[in-house]
Amino acid sequence: MSAHAPATNHHELPFIRKYVFSTDHKTIGVQFLFTTLIYLSIGGLLAMLIRTQMAWPWQEIPVFGALLYGPGGNVLLPEQYIGLVTMHGTIMIFFFIIPMLSGAFGNFLIPLMIGARDMAFPRLNLLSYWILWPAFIMILLALVIEGGPPSAGWTSYAPLSDLPTAVPGSGNGQTLWILSLLFIGAGSILGAMNYITTILLLRAPGMHLFRMPMTVWALLITASLVLLATPVLTSALILLTLDRTVGTHFFLPIGGGVPILWQHLFWFYSHPAVYIMILPAMGMTSDILSAFARKPLFGYKAMVFSIMGIAGLGFIVWGHHMFVSGMNPLLGTSFMVATMVIALPSSIKTFNWLATLWRGNIQFTTAMLNAIAFVSMFIIGGLSGVYGAATPVDMFIHDTYFVVGHLHYVLFGGSLFGVFAGIYYWFPKMFGRMLDERLGKLHFVPTFIAFNCVFFPMFILGTNGMMRRIADPYVYDMFKPLLGINQFMTYSAYVLGAAQLIFAINIIYSLMRGPKAAANPWQANTLEWVAASSPPLRHGNFETIPTVYRGPYEYSSPEVEEDWYPQNRPPAMPERVTPEPVIVPQPGGD
Amino acid sequence: MPWLPPNISTFGKDVDSLFYLVLAATMIAFVLTEAALFVFLARYRHREGRKAAYVHGHRNLEVTWTVGAGVLWAGLALIQVGTWWNIKGSFPPEDSSVLFELTARQFEWQARYPGPDRAFGAVDSTLISSGNPLGLVSNDAAGKDDIVGPINTVHVPVNQNILVFLRSRAQDYKEVIHSFFVPQLRLKQDAVPGLTIKVWFNAMQSGTYEIACAELCGLGHYRMRAMLTVEAQDQFNAWLQKTNAGQ
Repeated sequence: MSAHAPATNHHELPFIRKYVFSTDHKTIGVQFLFTTLIYLSIGGLLAMLIRTQMAWPWQEIPVFGALLYGPGGNVLLPEQYIGLVTMHGTIMIFFFIIPMLSGAFGNFLIPLMIGARDMAFPRLNLLSYWILWPAFIMILLALVIEGGPPSAGWTSYAPLSDLPTAVPGSGNGQTLWILSLLFIGAGSILGAMNYITTILLLRAPGMHLFRMPMTVWALLITASLVLLATPVLTSALILLTLDRTVGTHFFLPIGGGVPILWQHLFWFYSHPAVYIMILPAMGMTSDILSAFARKPLFGYKAMVFSIMGIAGLGFIVWGHHMFVSGMNPLLGTSFMVATMVIALPSSIKTFNWLATLWRGNIQFTTAMLNAIAFVSMFIIGGLSGVYGAATPVDMFIHDTYFVVGHLHYVLFGGSLFGVFAGIYYWFPKMFGRMLDERLGKLHFVPTFIAFNCVFFPMFILGTNGMMRRIADPYVYDMFKPLLGINQFMTYSAYVLGAAQLIFAINIIYSLMRGPKAAANPWQANTLEWVAASSPPLRHGNFETIPTVYRGPYEYSSPEVEEDWYPQNRPPAMPERVTPEPVIVPQPGGD
Repeated sequence: MPWLPPNISTFGKDVDSLFYLVLAATMIAFVLTEAALFVFLARYRHREGRKAAYVHGHRNLEVTWTVGAGVLWAGLALIQVGTWWNIKGSFPPEDSSVLFELTARQFEWQARYPGPDRAFGAVDSTLISSGNPLGLVSNDAAGKDDIVGPINTVHVPVNQNILVFLRSRAQDYKEVIHSFFVPQLRLKQDAVPGLTIKVWFNAMQSGTYEIACAELCGLGHYRMRAMLTVEAQDQFNAWLQKTNAGQ
């Protein structure tokens, strides 16, 4: 223990309170990180099985088949296929992307980046992680329970999810799905309250709202989305449970219920949730691009207002998931216009990222490569969304692989590359050691290439009309010519999966053997780099709370010799009394 | 490389031109942004001893691209409205169109034609049984001349307005959402339990096309496939007669 450590660090905590039931935001962040990485690998393995079926339907799966489906049962059944699709989507969205971005990065970064010692409510924070454990267990149980996993898709449309007899897996499996999502939602809401309170109340002196890094802005707005939208999902899940258990008919026509009501409630949550899944990655990418371009973020305030615009408009576009649902076509028109308008703030963000690189001094670290991949893949993800917004075009591509391609370009090409960038960038702060840059690039290059080989062909499948969630496309004569493309995608998916082993090796190796990280290895400006790598536990973080003098992106400022100018460094020109007039350079930021 | 399937529907060419319009707009945006990205990455890569430009923004540039992108996206939305309304918001007159009812159930399709009286007999979901899968009410006068097609078989005449009454059978609780999709018609519409949803099309080319279910509906979803035959009016009449005689 260092002599400068804050007073709270006096007695050592027992292991279980230090690393298991910890109230320290950094420990909780790391717990989220590793838990969600485990779920990323489970979701990824499920994707491999889906791809295998698409390339070689109903064929025996060597070795793995017997492991998964028991001896003799190593051929996939149709109900198992839709179970795979459901579990892949559910795990990736609710057990990886959302808890990774908000849980892992939100917890770890918010107090450090705003100059606080911890979250506003550390015990609530502990609860927001551990309340997820029933969900973590139940969703795995759903894979093996009698009757099979839930099979109504990650969207679980009623009545398919409502009628225990409608599909194998809509009995026990669906019940576990509902229960685990209720716990996930509860955890998200607790976390969001904590993030908002912390950001609004615990900022270091001088950290005005418009001096906050984009990551913090994005997490703040994401938390507001979570707080407003998640209760709607929770209510829908409770209505569904009532239908399934006590005989109400909210989503069943027989008692006067309406199946489309589920879609409205579900997408009222899940469309804002799409932004919950991407905004934090946008924030992180903004910080990383600026740091490695050694240049101020272009249009900082426009970036903040764009995120606000996306979040606000995000609540009035949910109907674009329902253009062919039987909803009034007049509503379809208004949802289309709102959806097209939401492309505007996304366009502004893209232009600003590009302009940040313009006239920069770009360092191609692994974190930067992944952040650049985020930008270039998000362009494809965003533009492919326009097809779904255009109602007549959507009528053709709806429920086809075009949509699957679009969402993977946003969530893998966007969010996951953003997560990779974040891990490579903040790993030194989290663990006090550097990740290996060579292994990092060896991970990035095949991931980027294979990603495009898996997901770009999905647009071609979609323009051919090939539907998603079908266990065997080749039942249709019109999809038989697509077998070759599907096999190519599957081989690419195996390469993509294998490339992730390099990432895992890099993490394990660097945790043990990586070179020790300095406090500020990237020479970045924001406050987390003021704290030691890794910062002291027990609500320490900073020896003394830093004072903030400027915005987060003062790179290559003419005021200082170096090309970075940390937020907490006192101004370079102290108030000396000089007789002759001095032309003060225009300060940047706000 | 396979691409959009051939279009056979009257409104399909409008859908296709909107698709190509969106394709053109997004391709231009894609090429310009990605090209800028690559040029910047190459041109401004790190060099020792050089400092990046100290620029926080550029008001005129930002206003220009905000207005430009706003006009592009809003314009692209407005230009869709006419076609959308033509397909889903307005219908050909019922008395001059060929009518049929299409019922979706796990995991098959069944068509019913109203016969000379152009009226469908009543259905009652409590009557549904294996011998009466549609739940037809046998003593309803309007239903006397109805013609129920064979399972997974739909016939329509070419070059005629067709009005489809799309249903998902509601047998007590036990039916789910399906979706009627014929790629060559550029038409997709969910069939929702409890609702009868009207859709129309006009097929311009004779032939046999596959009807697919596009909404996940259970373990047999992938094989919920039917055949749509588009044929000349007299062939269609003959088929109706033959089907009627076989009942």
